[in-house]
Parts: sequence; structure tokens; C-alpha cells
Amino acid sequence: MAAPLTLLLLVAVTVRAALFRSSLSELISERVEVVSPLTAWKRVIEGLALLDLGVSPYSGDVFHETPLTIYLFHFLVDYAEVTFMLADVITAVALYMAVKDYNKQVFRKQKFALEADRYPLDCLELIRSPKEMYYIPLKVAMFYLLNPFTILSCVAKSTCGLNNAIIALFILSTIKGNVLLSAIFLSLATYQSIYPLTLCAPALLYLMQRQYIPVNFRRASFWWFIVQYAFMYLGSLFVIICLSFFLLGSWDYLPSVYGFILSVPDLTPNIGLFWYFFAEMFEHFRLFFLCVFQINVFFYTIPLSIKLKEHPVFLIFMQLAVISIFKSYPTVGDISLYMAFLPVWSHLHRFLRNIFLVSCVLLACSALFPVLWHLWIYAGSANSNFYYAITLLFNVAQILLVSDYFYAFLRREHHLTYGLYLKRKDGSEATLVLK
Amino acid sequence: AMAEQKFRVRARALVCVFVCVVMCGCGRDDFQEELVIRPLHSGDIYTSFQFRTLWETDFTRENKVSHYRLFPKSLGQVISKFSVRELHISFTQGYWRTMQWGQPYLPSPPGAELWVWFQDSLTDVDGTWKELTNVLSGIFCASLNFIDSTNTVQPSASFKPLGIGNVTDHRFLRYATLPREIVCTENLTPWKKLLPCGSKAGLAVLLKSEKLFHSSFHSQAVHIRPVCKDDQCKTTSWELRQTLNVVFDLHNSGQGKNEWSLFKMFSRTLTEACPVASSSKIYIDITDNSQGEQFELSPATPLLSQAVVLGDRRTFSVYDLTQQITFGTMRSLNLLIRGKSSDMLRPLLHAERYVAGYGLQTGEIHTLMYNNHPYRSFPVLLLDSVPWYLRLYIHTLTVTSKGKDNKPSYIHYQPSKDRVRPHLLEMLVQLPPNSVTEVTLQFERALLKWTEYTPDPNHGFYVGSSVISSLVPSIVAMDTNNSRERPLFSSFFPSKEESSYFVRVYTEPLLVNLPTPDFSMPYNVICLTCTVVAVGYGSLYNLLTRSFQIEEPSPGLAKRIANIIRKMRGVPPL
Repeated sequence: MAAPLTLLLLVAVTVRAALFRSSLSELISERVEVVSPLTAWKRVIEGLALLDLGVSPYSGDVFHETPLTIYLFHFLVDYAEVTFMLADVITAVALYMAVKDYNKQVFRKQKFALEADRYPLDCLELIRSPKEMYYIPLKVAMFYLLNPFTILSCVAKSTCGLNNAIIALFILSTIKGNVLLSAIFLSLATYQSIYPLTLCAPALLYLMQRQYIPVNFRRASFWWFIVQYAFMYLGSLFVIICLSFFLLGSWDYLPSVYGFILSVPDLTPNIGLFWYFFAEMFEHFRLFFLCVFQINVFFYTIPLSIKLKEHPVFLIFMQLAVISIFKSYPTVGDISLYMAFLPVWSHLHRFLRNIFLVSCVLLACSALFPVLWHLWIYAGSANSNFYYAITLLFNVAQILLVSDYFYAFLRREHHLTYGLYLKRKDGSEATLVLK
Repeated sequence: AMAEQKFRVRARALVCVFVCVVMCGCGRDDFQEELVIRPLHSGDIYTSFQFRTLWETDFTRENKVSHYRLFPKSLGQVISKFSVRELHISFTQGYWRTMQWGQPYLPSPPGAELWVWFQDSLTDVDGTWKELTNVLSGIFCASLNFIDSTNTVQPSASFKPLGIGNVTDHRFLRYATLPREIVCTENLTPWKKLLPCGSKAGLAVLLKSEKLFHSSFHSQAVHIRPVCKDDQCKTTSWELRQTLNVVFDLHNSGQGKNEWSLFKMFSRTLTEACPVASSSKIYIDITDNSQGEQFELSPATPLLSQAVVLGDRRTFSVYDLTQQITFGTMRSLNLLIRGKSSDMLRPLLHAERYVAGYGLQTGEIHTLMYNNHPYRSFPVLLLDSVPWYLRLYIHTLTVTSKGKDNKPSYIHYQPSKDRVRPHLLEMLVQLPPNSVTEVTLQFERALLKWTEYTPDPNHGFYVGSSVISSLVPSIVAMDTNNSRERPLFSSFFPSKEESSYFVRVYTEPLLVNLPTPDFSMPYNVICLTCTVVAVGYGSLYNLLTRSFQIEEPSPGLAKRIANIIRKMRGVPPL
């Protein structure tokens, strides 16, 4: 499997290198769908220029990257293109290895369940075979690397690529069962943008499953593991934050980075829901709705964890999707990360209900974003409502996609427990509904 | 008429006696007024009024000053209450065209400009600044209350004190402009009230608003600063200068004829000097008219004066209004200036500014500075204060002269903070001789909250003028003896050395469009976005709380009613 992966990496790197050299790279790095005030490369350069002038980059409101990012790019600013291509490659390889390991475990669990006769007889066609699971890791890497969203994000040199790499390494270390590395990468991901904090729940569930610790509130081993993980996570977060303090000698970065993510002062249009909402918000209610929208991102963690406690990797997928849709400054780079997981659930396709509609809407919206932006900003013949409408539609399509996959997953689990061909009391074919 | 004249003489004598008695009691104050008229080579005419009150008093001492004579009480109270060291405020309508009109005696940017140096004993400068702007807004009937932290900056080098002062800590300096401010009669009237004679006697009778505002350029200013009385500077006095600069257009006010008179310009003539003025003079710039060929003055005057102003030695015809013979037999003076002046000296420093780019996302500010000196280069300080919603990218700053990169030797940049303070950029650039220096800077336009737009958002947002301050090499030796008696217009900017003179040039203000949200949509947007969030919440809620069940078809209506009746009867249902 190494050879097809290497070939894929070569193709991906070639495509990115070709686009870097073309005139499109300037155009792409200005697009608001691809870069946000948090991740734009222009702002990283601005921060470095402010440092050169002797002014703290956080004294203004242009630069919102973490100090470790400044430190990294202080040395790598001349090799920026290579850095971002390398970040994409690392993400793809990490996801490849993670999914490969996950598939092995899925297959092993399935084998035990079959031997224990836990599946009803008529749902044997739902059982997965190694042959169909063989190409899934490669497909995941391909979905990530050759996704136009990822390519655009890389060519724009958006630091979203680095965040995705850190999250992918976190997923890899979690699936491999390495508790320390998982905590370290999670703290790095949280340090970069606050939202990956919600990924600690699936990480805990997965690691406990792997170490055969029962997920039961009354058990001491459950709490002991949580304490261990929390200690490692908080310890590495503390180290990183103190390191950032010593790099620039002040705590200015805390309001500039985290205050900015949470309080959304910059209303630059993007593909998310926040900008127009807070541009049109009545001043009196601004704080209230800000809290509502921010809590909305973290709010689904506990219910989803309770429902999906046997399936933590699907929970990771759901959490990544919720973060990408509802975060304060989303970009297409965030979307490409959770879309890379879709081949892992390719066995659910027979239960998906809206996939055609959703994919059509996503394609149409992706095409309409630049058109309506041009009409609003350059031609002046449309106004902001047009762009806003496409934003709404895009987010509805993403929500439908995610909930559709959730529905299909739950349905398959139901069939695996109760049988595939269900009959009603009078013997005719039954229809399943959610009640 | 004889009785009237006798009465007037006696009244004036009484006033003089009273003044002498009072003057012995407290600090001496002195009032001078002058009018400078300079015909411009394009046919327009430039008139500059200056009214100066000098008062030997100390506003900073403990017991408050209570006896005001020539110095206006409102301004005196402002100085003592707000611990002001220097105050400069100007209201300008129109833009000074340096290339057509030459250098003004007192430069000012379009709109309102206020800069203040506070005493170094003041602790809360920002709070005092806010109060001061509100009080000045009341005194001058202008909307200076729009000055807040989002358009106030603290320049570090461009605005040094113009009076005596050891304060150089720029924490005590505040500078703000309101480029959108409109100047009209409501601003002229309180300004005239500050004069000792009001608008009833002296040169101020000429200040009638119908004619003054029907001009190409109109600027009125108030400058308060402490000055030295003599060379050793043993005593200091407070100087209040009120200046009014007007440029009358040849075609609008002059009806196309190169013939100007006081009556044509101001619809008034002069009848007397202000009784409390120690000097009241009119200067006509006749330098370009050595043999009387280009233009003629009537009535003729024997008095001539020479002064070095703006790096050039100029000759002036002087009319002294304190002399009765100036008014002639008609007891009224209507100066007549006929003819055109010759080509003027090209101004050595001149600047332009414009916004480049298209669309509402990004743009570029270009500032062009022209050095017209044939062989000398000199440094200029460029001050740019850009509002926070035009996000400047300092790494895109380029300074080029004659096609080559020209790195500034000093850059002070303070980035903006959203909704708190604007950008401040100060640079020291060396301008090579006979060249154009172009400074470009890219910016990004922000989307504001819907309540932050002005009622006419598609008009655009104003960016205040850039200020270019410089010591320009002078052709003739400047007079550095600041305590000698000089015409007022040549003594405003103190010269510290003989070979250069201070020049301040203001560029055009910019008008920039920002992308706007739809102002009719707040409720709709809130509903629609909350709907999308609810769609997400609803789907996930359904999937989390409900489980799959086999659907039993519901029986028809008749059967259901039958079942209800059967339940009531206690019989098993169908």
C-alpha cells in the first residue's frame, strides 16, 4: 500500500506546486472563503513586519496568530510553500495510518461479534469484508489531498493547514492508543483555536475502550483515567502557554487570540453564520447571542458522547463537523478535514437519504460563492444579502450531510441488533421511523 | 454732525483714560489687527486677517484670573480649567491649491482640526481632552463632540510646540481632525464675538458671512500659545491669535474682471480702526509689481514695508488705520487693486494624495510629495492618521523617489485597535532635489456593524488629510530675532535658523467607500440565521433522543372513533 500512497502524495504535491507558481496563488490568497482574519497569510507577514518595526504584533487588531506560530514562521518565512505542502502531506499520512489501524480494530470487533453470534441472521449483508475495507485508507488520503478545498487552502497559505495537521496527528495518536501524545496534540490543537477542546470526549472514550476500562460513572478506574488524561492535557497546555509568554514577554496574545475567537469583533464576511448575524445584531442583545452561538459549538459534546459512547471514531467525525460548521471564523480548510472521513463510512451509503440533494447544493454553493462576492464587492449590482443567502444554504447543506450520516450510522446499528428485514405484526414489510 | 463728532471724540478720550487707569492695575494686554492682501497670479485674491491679543498673565496660578479686558473670558477659562499649554483649532471650507495659489501664511486642512499641548502637571489627559472638545464645541458652535478616541492620535514628531515650552513628551499632545465638518455662519459668529471690538469696529467690520462663504477657500482659526516678551525671556505672556484666510475666486466673486476692491470683496468699507488696538494695518503684497506696471493701488499710500515671509523677501504697501488721513475726506477706506500679478514663485514643497484600486475589499493609498528645489534635498515628516476600519498593512509600505526605493530614516507606526484608536504612521523621508516621492500603502476595508454607519453610508467615509511638516531651504536669510516688531503674518512660525523656514502642507482628505450590509434586514437576518442553527439543533436532537421503531399504520377515522367508544364501554378495541 505504500506505493499507491507515495504516488498520491507526488500527484498532490505536484498540483500544489504548479498552482503556487501560477498567477492564481495571489488571487486565491485574497478570497474570503479560503482565508479568515485568523488564518490569513497576509496577516502573518504583517505580524512579522510589526515585530521588525519593534511594535508588538498584538498591539493592533490585524494579527491573531499564536506566538508559537510567529516563532515558527520567523524561521520558515522563506520556506512557507514547502511548510504548507508538508503540513498537508503530514495530515494525509496521519489520517491514512489512523484509518488503517481503525479498520483493523473494526474488523476484529466484528469477528468477535460474529463468533459470539450477536448478529441476527438476515443482516449478514451488512457485515464488512476486508476486501472492501482494503482501499479505504488510501481513499481517505485521496479525499483529503485532492479535495479542491484543501488545495485552495494550501495555495492560499492559510494556517488552517497547520491546524488540520495537528488535529490529524492527535487522531493518529489517539487511535494508536498513546495517551501522552494524544494529550499533547490535543493541547496544541486547543492552543491554536479553542474549539478542538470538544475532541477530548471522544479521545477519552476511545482510549478507555482500548484499555478495557468500562465507561461507568461509579467505577474508580474511569475517574482515575480521566484525571490522568486531564493532568497530561493541562500540564502540556500550561507549558505551551508559559512558553508563549516568554517568547514575547507579555500576556497581550491572550485577548488578541482567544478574546478575538470568542468575542468576534471582526465582521469580515466568510462562509460561516456569525458575520452577518453580528453585523445586523441589535446592540442590546449582542452579548447574549454571542454566548448562545459559542455555547452552541460545545453544547453537542455531552449528548453525542452519551449516544455514541461505543463508537468514538464516529464521534470524532461528528465533533469535527460541528466545529467546522458552527465555529466563529470557518474556512473551507476546516470543511475538508471532516470530509476526508467520509470514505470511512462508505458502507452506510444504502441508508443515506439526502446525499444527492446535499452534494448538488454543496457544489452549487461552492460555485456561487465567488460569483456573488464579485457582484457585491466589485460589480456593485448585488448586495450583501446575496452572499449571505449562499452562506446560509451552504451551512444547511453541511448540517444535512452530517445528520444524514448520523441517521445512517444509527440505522445500521439498529439493524445489526434487530435484523435487516423487519416485519410488522401482520407479517408485511415494516418501515422504520424515529419516534 | 459736529455734535456727533465731538461726542465721539469725548467718548474715545474717556475710554482711553479708563483703559490707562485699568492697565496700571493688572497685567498689560495688547491688541493688534492686520489684514494682508495678496493678489494671486491666477487672478484670484488672497486675504488674510490676523487679530492678536497679548496678555501678561499666568493662567496656571492658584487664584483664578477674574478681570478680563481684551482677552476673551471664555477662552481664558478654558485655558485655566483644562491646563492647556497650547491650543490650535481651525475650521476650513475648501482645499488650499498650493500649485495655483502658492504657500498660505497659515496652513489648515479641510474640515476642523484641533491640536492641544497640555501642561505636564496634568494627570488624566484623555479625560481632559474629552471635556475640552465638548466645551470647544459649545464655544464655536461646531460638532467637535465627534472627536473621540477613534480619531485622536498622539503624534510623536510632527506637532512640536509653537510657543515656548519645555514639554516634548508627546503624551501631553493630542491631535484630531474632522474632515467632514462643514463651516458656516454659525461658526463665524462666535469666532467674531471673541474679538475685543467684536464686529463693530476695526478690520472685523469686513467679516460679513454672505461674501466670506462665497469664496474658493475659507479658513478661520484660533491659536493660543505662551510667548516670550523679549530676548532673554524673563517674562512670558499668553498670545491669542485669531486668523481668517479667504481666497476670492476671479469668476465667482470678481465677475471675471481683474479689479478688486474692499467693497467688492467684503461688501463693506473701513471707517475706523478698533479703538483698543495698538496697531491696525493693511498690507498689500506688491512684490511682483516693482514699477507699478502690473497693477495699481488706490488710494495711494507712501508707506512701504519689507518682510521675509515663506523664504522670500516681499514688499508691501501699508495702510495704517490708526492714522486719520488714511481714511481721506470721505472718512472711509475702499482699497482698489487693479490688474494682475506676475507669475509666482513655484512652491518648493507640495503634496497630493489619492486612493487607488477597485472594489470594496482592498485599496491603496498613494501620497505624492514634490520637491521643486533645483539642487537641495530636505527631509519631511509625513503624518498619516487613518481610521481603524481601513486596515493598513505596513509590510506593503513602499517609498520610491525617481523610480528607486527610498527608505525612510524614522518610522513610528502605531497600529489601530478596532473601535478604540486609529492608525498612526509618522515617517521621516528625505526628498531628493527636483523629484516626486511616492508613498504607497495597501489597506483592507472592514465591514462595520449596521449601527456604526452614518445615515448616508454610500457617501463614503472620510480619511483626514496627511500632514507634511518640513524645514524648507530658504532663498533669503530668515529673521531669527523673534522679539522684534514684525508684521503678524511673518511671525507665526518661529524661525530658529536663517537658512530654512518651517512649512506645513496638508494633502487632500480621502473619501473611501466601505461595503455595507442591508440596513432593512436586522430582524430577518436574526430569524434566518437562528433558523439554520435550529435546523442543526433539531436534526441532532431527533437523532439523539428518538429511537427506531416499527411503524404501525394508524387506523382510519371511523375505526378510531369506534375504538374510543369501545374503550368507554370497557370492551377490547378493534
